[in-house]
Amino acid sequence: MTIRNDMTLASVPVNAGLTAALKMDRAGVIGVIRNSAMKGRGGAGFPTGVKWNLAAAAQAPRKFVVCNADEGEPGTFKDRVILSEWPDLVFDGMTIAGYAIGAAEGILYLRGEYTYLRKGMEDCLAKRRGTSLLGERIRDKDGFSFDIHIHMGCGAYVCGEETALIESLEGHRGEARNRPPFPVNTGLNGAPTIVNNVETFAWAAAICVKGADWFKTIGTAKSTGPKILSVSGDVERPGVYEFPMGTTIQDVLKVAGGENAKTVVIGGASGHCVPAAEFSRAISYEDVATGGSVIVFGPGRDMLDAAENFLAFFADESCGQCTPCRIGNVRLLEGVRMLQRGECSTKYLHELCSLGETMQIASKCGLGQSSPNALLSIVKHFRHEILGRTPAEAKA
Amino acid sequence: MSQKNPCSEGDCRAPISQRPQVVPVSEAGDAIGSMIAATIDGHEIKVPLGTTILDAARRLGIHIPTLCHHDDLCVAGVCRICVVEVEGQRTLQASCAYPITQPIAIRTHSRKVRQARRHIIDLLLSEHYGECYSCFRNNNCELQALAKEYGVDFFRFGHPEKPLHNVDCSSYSVVRDMNKCVLCRRCVRTCIDLQEVGVLEAVGRGNRTTISTYLDKPLGDVVCINCGQCINRCPTGALRANDPTDEVWAAIDDPTKHVVIQTAPSPRAGIGEEFGMEPGTPMTWEMNTALRRCGFDKVFDTNFTADLTIIEEGTELILRLYKNLVLGDASQPLPQFTSCSPGWVKYIEHFYPEYLPHVSTCKSPQQMFGSLVKTWYAQINNLDPANIVSVALMPCSAKKFECNRPEMCDSGSKDVDYGLTTRELAQMIREAGVHLPEMPKSDFDDPFGTASGSGVIFGATGGVMEAALRSVIEFVSGKKVEDFYEHADIIPVRGFEGCRYVELRIPEAVGPVPGLIGHLVPDWNWIKGATVKVGVAHGTANAKRVMEDIKAGGKFSECHFIEFMACPGGCLGGGGQPIPTSPAIRQARARAIYQEDAAYGKTGKARKSHENPAVLRVYSEFLTDGPCGHKSHHLLHTHYTPRGKYIG
Amino acid sequence: MLNTQQDRLMAEIDELVTRHGSQRNALIPILQSLQTRHHTISDFAMQAVADRLGVHPVEVYGVVTFYAFLNEEYHGRFVIRLCRTISCDMAGKEAVARQLCNDLGIEFGQTTPDGRFTLEWANCIGMCDQGPAMLVNDQVFTRVTSEKVHDILASCEKAFSPHTPQTEEEHAL
Repeated sequence: MTIRNDMTLASVPVNAGLTAALKMDRAGVIGVIRNSAMKGRGGAGFPTGVKWNLAAAAQAPRKFVVCNADEGEPGTFKDRVILSEWPDLVFDGMTIAGYAIGAAEGILYLRGEYTYLRKGMEDCLAKRRGTSLLGERIRDKDGFSFDIHIHMGCGAYVCGEETALIESLEGHRGEARNRPPFPVNTGLNGAPTIVNNVETFAWAAAICVKGADWFKTIGTAKSTGPKILSVSGDVERPGVYEFPMGTTIQDVLKVAGGENAKTVVIGGASGHCVPAAEFSRAISYEDVATGGSVIVFGPGRDMLDAAENFLAFFADESCGQCTPCRIGNVRLLEGVRMLQRGECSTKYLHELCSLGETMQIASKCGLGQSSPNALLSIVKHFRHEILGRTPAEAKA
Repeated sequence: MSQKNPCSEGDCRAPISQRPQVVPVSEAGDAIGSMIAATIDGHEIKVPLGTTILDAARRLGIHIPTLCHHDDLCVAGVCRICVVEVEGQRTLQASCAYPITQPIAIRTHSRKVRQARRHIIDLLLSEHYGECYSCFRNNNCELQALAKEYGVDFFRFGHPEKPLHNVDCSSYSVVRDMNKCVLCRRCVRTCIDLQEVGVLEAVGRGNRTTISTYLDKPLGDVVCINCGQCINRCPTGALRANDPTDEVWAAIDDPTKHVVIQTAPSPRAGIGEEFGMEPGTPMTWEMNTALRRCGFDKVFDTNFTADLTIIEEGTELILRLYKNLVLGDASQPLPQFTSCSPGWVKYIEHFYPEYLPHVSTCKSPQQMFGSLVKTWYAQINNLDPANIVSVALMPCSAKKFECNRPEMCDSGSKDVDYGLTTRELAQMIREAGVHLPEMPKSDFDDPFGTASGSGVIFGATGGVMEAALRSVIEFVSGKKVEDFYEHADIIPVRGFEGCRYVELRIPEAVGPVPGLIGHLVPDWNWIKGATVKVGVAHGTANAKRVMEDIKAGGKFSECHFIEFMACPGGCLGGGGQPIPTSPAIRQARARAIYQEDAAYGKTGKARKSHENPAVLRVYSEFLTDGPCGHKSHHLLHTHYTPRGKYIG
Repeated sequence: MLNTQQDRLMAEIDELVTRHGSQRNALIPILQSLQTRHHTISDFAMQAVADRLGVHPVEVYGVVTFYAFLNEEYHGRFVIRLCRTISCDMAGKEAVARQLCNDLGIEFGQTTPDGRFTLEWANCIGMCDQGPAMLVNDQVFTRVTSEKVHDILASCEKAFSPHTPQTEEEHAL
């Protein structure tokens, strides 16, 4: 059993969001999303209403709505649950977005690892086409046609970055683009494109049903609404949980059964390591931001092993175009292995940390900018554990 | 002449991510919204909306270091050396890729920026194998220059001790050493976007990313056309030409060998750059002296065979026109394509083999020269051709491949033994202890020392066409070119526009056709009042455009004659020319070439190929059955190999 | 013989181009179909697709080498991808990995000599709450233990038993 607590999304009636949206004009829909103050659920936290508004304002004969279902962040699996349990809500949200920005085409970019979800989703799309929820003149709304097709990813984490995802859709290597121009102006095939996370679309549908005010009453002033978290690692009850934004780490751990944790990595491999002393911090955009990944480390865990795992991941998954990310992650990985062998001088550790700071600001896309996060926070909080290892306890 | 980045043109095939952002700018330069104010290091500047930070900084004279950026190429933003701080933004921005669309304040060398650049250089060095003093780019390497600029005095993140890649020497023309590659992808953008040949691409992902060929095959086995444009744009020594200077020195040192060198027009316009001169400083006569001091026995002018090419190719054109248009002989298809660019020849062999019958059968000037040196020259000087070593100084890397083609042995052995690039010759001159700019001037040796201005302009795009037209017009009209074009400068075919189409009218009243070719066709009335349609394309991307237009039956399919050059700008932008290259440098070299042509006129020398007395001598003494005769067919004409684009 | 195989592949590519279009956008869907049907994207296929879409073969090669699920080398009928990322690592993927190697007689990154199995690492496959997890082709297996490895492999082997009718593609192997 993956779903561990009550999910608001489970109680949102299918298609009600779209029905409510079609009663409004386009500006009205964007107004509702803006009023909800929802920020993107993929992790970067860009206000969804602002993004939709920019795309709506762009003048173009063709626009695209893209759902980013390339969920690849280590420790994140909430989109898998949403897509298998409530695909209709996601498609509802995409259709609402299409209506709001004036797009006729929607694409759901599903990661190749989730191919087994495709059948159910295609069935869902077929059903929607049969009931005038997709296709020409949706629900007899004049001038509104919209259809969605599923595009399969083929095993590249970096395609979760929106511009890399667009490159991949265009048949290229998934290499991030320079920004600006932003996808809302120049996206897929040069057309204005919005790329939102699976969860964002689902909440957008929920907001159209329940209203922006409902959404705002949940969470904090700067991080409104509920958030679905994927909890894994050393906990008794791993799975997906819904919490209001602003919930503290210790509350999450209490519900999931991981109170004795030594540390928690929030945000996956590109996230931050929060030690037990800071478990009162809140999961929110203004404090500890996450796209949904909560990985819990029990008392016996060696954080250098975690750092090694993360950096090996990035060395492999970097798209390989920009210098800081392509080479930087390899040097950091080698550094961690030196620490594991007890061969790293303090001075060199400082060099590596300084390199990590450069990667955070000089890399081309979010992957390289966030890949050093975990290591830097582990060095900050667990310095006493990682220096001066003797080869006896060092691992290969 | 256009200053445009060739990749900014409308039909650029680069992915959207690499195209420069085009912001519509109002016609009125000072209209509201067309200009934007930015502050760079405290200096205010107003620039057109969409100008990159890098361009804006350059206008202010502020230097921002770059590595992956190149004036000829699409935007990449991958090396991150050019990052700057934009006020209010958490991350640094790549100045080569960031368009200014709102008022911003920029700091180009804050502590963060300096630290990031230093880290990036350190990272590149941690994967860059090789020692500067054993690299041909020593003192002309952008990575080395950056290391100096940022005071690198130790390898912060280590340095490879062993090579990780084998050097690919499979090509006659281009050598690839991935140990020195910094993955800036200039070669990829050159090969795929600028030239549209598509040999090099980024392959693999993450830390395994490399630049490679299809299935990592050796360069000699893929569709590489040897144009060497990637060499000219590589910031390091990862790409270089296959260098035969050791063999050339050995021949010079061998007293039994008679070593002759022919020199093409473009190296003279470029070699000064290797000795610190401004681009566009011609070094023709100084170079002659330097070559003799190096030990070459004879110094000849390829322009002589350029003139010969014009006679042969012009004759072939007239014959084709007659056979095709008058006799209706479809085996002589039109338009006729030029054949002097070996990069273009290999391009059409790979990509449009079905059009090979359109290609002139004339050898290139280099190979015509080779044939004559080991036959006629040997004969009149009582030399054993086996003891002649024929060297060609070319602006070109593809010429190295050309002289190794098996069909280029009509003299009995290799017609041209070695092709040297401008860069390699500069190296030989330096080794000989000669400082080129200080050399006294001297002339070429006879009998291949006399050229016309038409031979000189072969170096620039449109030059072959102009030279051919100068002769063809005079052949068929019996009038002087000057009657139609002032100073015989056929301006419409000049310029740097990628594809050019020009129509010229032959007058109704034509004079007698000269005896040299007059006998080839029974009557000349068919050409009276005809409109000659010609085309010019430079860079294989433009060649592709013209070829696709021909395939689709567009206006270029109606042409009679089309000049194709593989390299942007023509030979003066060749893959063997000094590094760096840019639109501005190529324009400066073109100016030098056209000035030399004009100087021929001012000093009373021939400016038209058929007026070259040495050419007339060859036809009267050696090729006695005239242009396109039997002997010329044997020695000066060739055939081609349909290669196709499938890679076996 | 060789020609007929190439002709058949060419016809298949033409059909895929008809379905997906001849724009570059169609490249990855076409490659995915070829990968699924043939367990590899062959040299000939890459050049043929490049030709039909008007791109350079090296660009297709660049794409194939970028994505983990596209391969220019032959992959087995069953591709086993064991997740090596943090949660599965903490849940004990190492023991599963060893047993997979032992039972198949190959290392990670290799294909069994009979062409049946390919063993690879995967980065996070989104089963972090049920690790160790692995994919066998499109099918996901969770809470895999070293004891379960044999049963999973045996269920795959059944596909090769003489009683199971083979698909047309397998004949082509």
